[in-house]
Amino acid sequence: MTFLGLCVILCPVILLCILGISSLISRRLPETVTNRCLQVVMVVGLSASTLMLLMMLSMVDPHVPIELGNWVTIPEYQFHIKLIFDRLSIPFVMLSYILCGTIFQFASRYMHREPGYNRFFTLNAVFLLGMVTTSLAGTIETLFAGWELVGLSSALLVAFFHERPAPVRNGLRVWCVYRVSDAALLIAALTLHHFGHSDFEKVLGTASWPAGLATVSEHEALVVGLLMLLAAAGKSALIPFSGWLPRAMEGPTPSSAVFYGALSVHLGAFLLLRISPILVKSPLLCVIIVGLGLSTAVYATIVGRAQTDIKSAICFASLTQVAIIVAEIGIGLRFLPLIHILGNGCLRTLQFVRAPTLLQDYRQLENAIGDRLPRLTGFWDSLLPRGMRTGLYRFAIERGYLDSMIDDYIVAPFVSVFRWCDRMERRWTDYLSGGKSRESDQVDGSGSLEEFL
Amino acid sequence: MTDLHLPWLELAIVFCLVGGVWVGRLRNPHVARNWALVFSGLALISAVGAWLDFDFLDAVQADDSLHLLYHMAGRELLVMDELSAPLLPLAALLYFLVPLATLQTKVRRFSFAWNLVSEAIVLAMFSCKEPWGIIGLLAIGTIPPYLELRERGKPTHVYIIHMTLFILLLVIGWTFAEIEGIGRIHTLWVIVPLLGAILVRSGIAPFHCWMTDLFEHASFGTALLFVTPIAGAYAAVRLVMPIAPDWVLRSIGLASLFTAVYASGMALVQTEARRFFCYLFLSHSALVLVGLEIVTPMALTGALCVWLSVGMALGGFGLTLRALEARRGRLSLTHFHGLYEHTPELAICFILTGLASVGFPGTVGFVGTELLVDGAVEAYPYIGVAVVIAGALNGVALVKTYFILFTGTRYTSAVSLRIRRRERFAVLLLASLILAGGLYPQPGILSRYRAVKELLHERESLAPSPTTPVEPSHSEHHHAEGHE
Repeated sequence: MTFLGLCVILCPVILLCILGISSLISRRLPETVTNRCLQVVMVVGLSASTLMLLMMLSMVDPHVPIELGNWVTIPEYQFHIKLIFDRLSIPFVMLSYILCGTIFQFASRYMHREPGYNRFFTLNAVFLLGMVTTSLAGTIETLFAGWELVGLSSALLVAFFHERPAPVRNGLRVWCVYRVSDAALLIAALTLHHFGHSDFEKVLGTASWPAGLATVSEHEALVVGLLMLLAAAGKSALIPFSGWLPRAMEGPTPSSAVFYGALSVHLGAFLLLRISPILVKSPLLCVIIVGLGLSTAVYATIVGRAQTDIKSAICFASLTQVAIIVAEIGIGLRFLPLIHILGNGCLRTLQFVRAPTLLQDYRQLENAIGDRLPRLTGFWDSLLPRGMRTGLYRFAIERGYLDSMIDDYIVAPFVSVFRWCDRMERRWTDYLSGGKSRESDQVDGSGSLEEFL
Repeated sequence: MTDLHLPWLELAIVFCLVGGVWVGRLRNPHVARNWALVFSGLALISAVGAWLDFDFLDAVQADDSLHLLYHMAGRELLVMDELSAPLLPLAALLYFLVPLATLQTKVRRFSFAWNLVSEAIVLAMFSCKEPWGIIGLLAIGTIPPYLELRERGKPTHVYIIHMTLFILLLVIGWTFAEIEGIGRIHTLWVIVPLLGAILVRSGIAPFHCWMTDLFEHASFGTALLFVTPIAGAYAAVRLVMPIAPDWVLRSIGLASLFTAVYASGMALVQTEARRFFCYLFLSHSALVLVGLEIVTPMALTGALCVWLSVGMALGGFGLTLRALEARRGRLSLTHFHGLYEHTPELAICFILTGLASVGFPGTVGFVGTELLVDGAVEAYPYIGVAVVIAGALNGVALVKTYFILFTGTRYTSAVSLRIRRRERFAVLLLASLILAGGLYPQPGILSRYRAVKELLHERESLAPSPTTPVEPSHSEHHHAEGHE
């Protein structure tokens, strides 16, 4: 089983090495070679995880920890690498392999002869490695490593079409939210260390998921749980971070499908499921999770109805389901949210990859029925007064003003404070220099070597 | 005392000095660049040789085998210990890569002779444990950038004021330390000047403006090489840490923590690439100091690891920015440049070195940052979170700059901007080191841990003995003066 477990984690590592090194040394692989590598890696990885599942099905307690030893060890610190195959991780890993494999095949045609073909698959390999690492992580440090890989690949893929400013700006916003999420997860990990835990088995109990009993007190559970919830909210686009999700649709459709329809957006829910024994310890935390999940679901369903492009509409539909999954976790369900994740992930992936041909699909349907497709009006439309409908529409079209609020109340004051500090520094160095001290003020970007030549 | 098998340290320094003199006589800058590469390459080989030799000896400290300086000065000035062993090759590598990656268009602007002299000073400083030797070398090391500023007709006031203050404080502090005697509880006459000197040289806010000023006016290569070895941290470890009471270390730690967050915030609002780099570097070097002043094995190990990873990562990051500057002139961060299609290798190197500096998984900085953050939170449970915030802000700042420089538009150029062979070699070398150190970190971490043990042992051995306190009247008198 150790061999199979290693196969599951090593497949994306090998894929990343092949694609990454070829990019680094500027020896681009031909598309056919890239495709062949992708196929082999995905088949081997999926087969290994399927075999693992079959072997675990025969076990009474399906919980297989694989110790890879200490990556780093000094007397005061150990970076322990452990993989856990259990009822939670195996479905998530298999979902990752199935959806990534499908999308890779789809993308090999969709991205045919694109200038960034190699870059696209390299970033996807980083994403797959991040997903598999996060899913199988047996220690908080390992989970954090995978979590960061997912974040970086997501941001760079949103900005994939990087000759245009809009995808780049949106990629940066996604990255900012992910950094907040990463910081929250890191602080949660440090808090766990502070309480004397880092190994999931020690903090969540040795019993197989979800039967573990956390060894933390109620207060500790609340502190760690809130930090984890913040991390999950960032990754799964829960309120107040929901604004990045439609922006992430600037990336290529295949990556949108697998990242924001299926896998990445569910990672927050996965984290909550993983730490579910901690959640049980704090009723207040559970109430907060349910509240956050339900409010995000309401928000997403309202906003999703006013979207004018298909990818944004699907992503808000997906977010509605993710938020419901979070609420389900908050009320203490475990297997239902897991099944919900698997179903929602597969459905949204299918919807995303069909999105570019939506008009064609509609036309075929209309041809088949010999009429226009019926325009459905909602039940609430007739009940709500006109003023409220207008207000809701404005709210929806502005995506709940979440981005504006973050910009006005967090980003703007932050930038103002540091620009003021910059001005003070300029006055200080001008005073010390006895004149203008900054050459950089003259830099306008026009003085290039090319013009000099 | 254990001896190295060859006089590696002396060789490295002599290669640089001889090279400096030789290259300084050459009129043709292209020939000068090639000779500079030969001499700095030899110095690099000697430094790596010294490191490997020391590792092979498995000793706590080792001297050069010829003892030339011992015969001349009467004491062993050049020694190698666990702390300095990897710092020497790191410094030599940076001093080798900068001339290597200097493009033809910039060879007339960069002084290869002074570069070699500076390298000799830095290597000598990292090989020296004698307090006055370190102070002297730190003082001499401030001269080459000053000469360059003067030669280029740039303002020097800010640099001179800060460096003079630094040297004066260091000399005053250590003079009083010797008067009072090592192994005693020192008065504020020792502590305050030494504390001030470290804060100034390390660029801890509000004493950091000399660094931004240096990046404004000096050539990028000179400024980069003056700051990236983090000489201030070396002075802190050798001069302050062994004798300073806990409250001094805590003060430096808290000031550094503030600087780390402040500089990361400032990096986000900069509108020019050099200033952005300077603040990014300030934030990271402050993080190193944070770890150094939390005198626990975990935090210290993290700080020493981050010192190396930051030197390597931000050295590479700076080289990448310098390579871009050589193509486009000073880089504004107010609009997109879209250079990815022209120099994808530089883009990869930029993001890789940047991520390594913020401790991204799989890169050389990851475990060191983990240790540092753990140690900081352990020491200051709530304030230590600032380290995480600084890391998050630095991550945002570097990806923002990556997007601005390499993406956002399609840049059309009439001349080829592609990466040159020497630059490619530098990029691949750095990328290999960053990834190798990240994927197999155990030897590096263990070596830093051994260095920490030595430092803590030294601090314990120099700590004031309860049986030999300083005379009460003398101590109280100075404390009272200090408080006044």
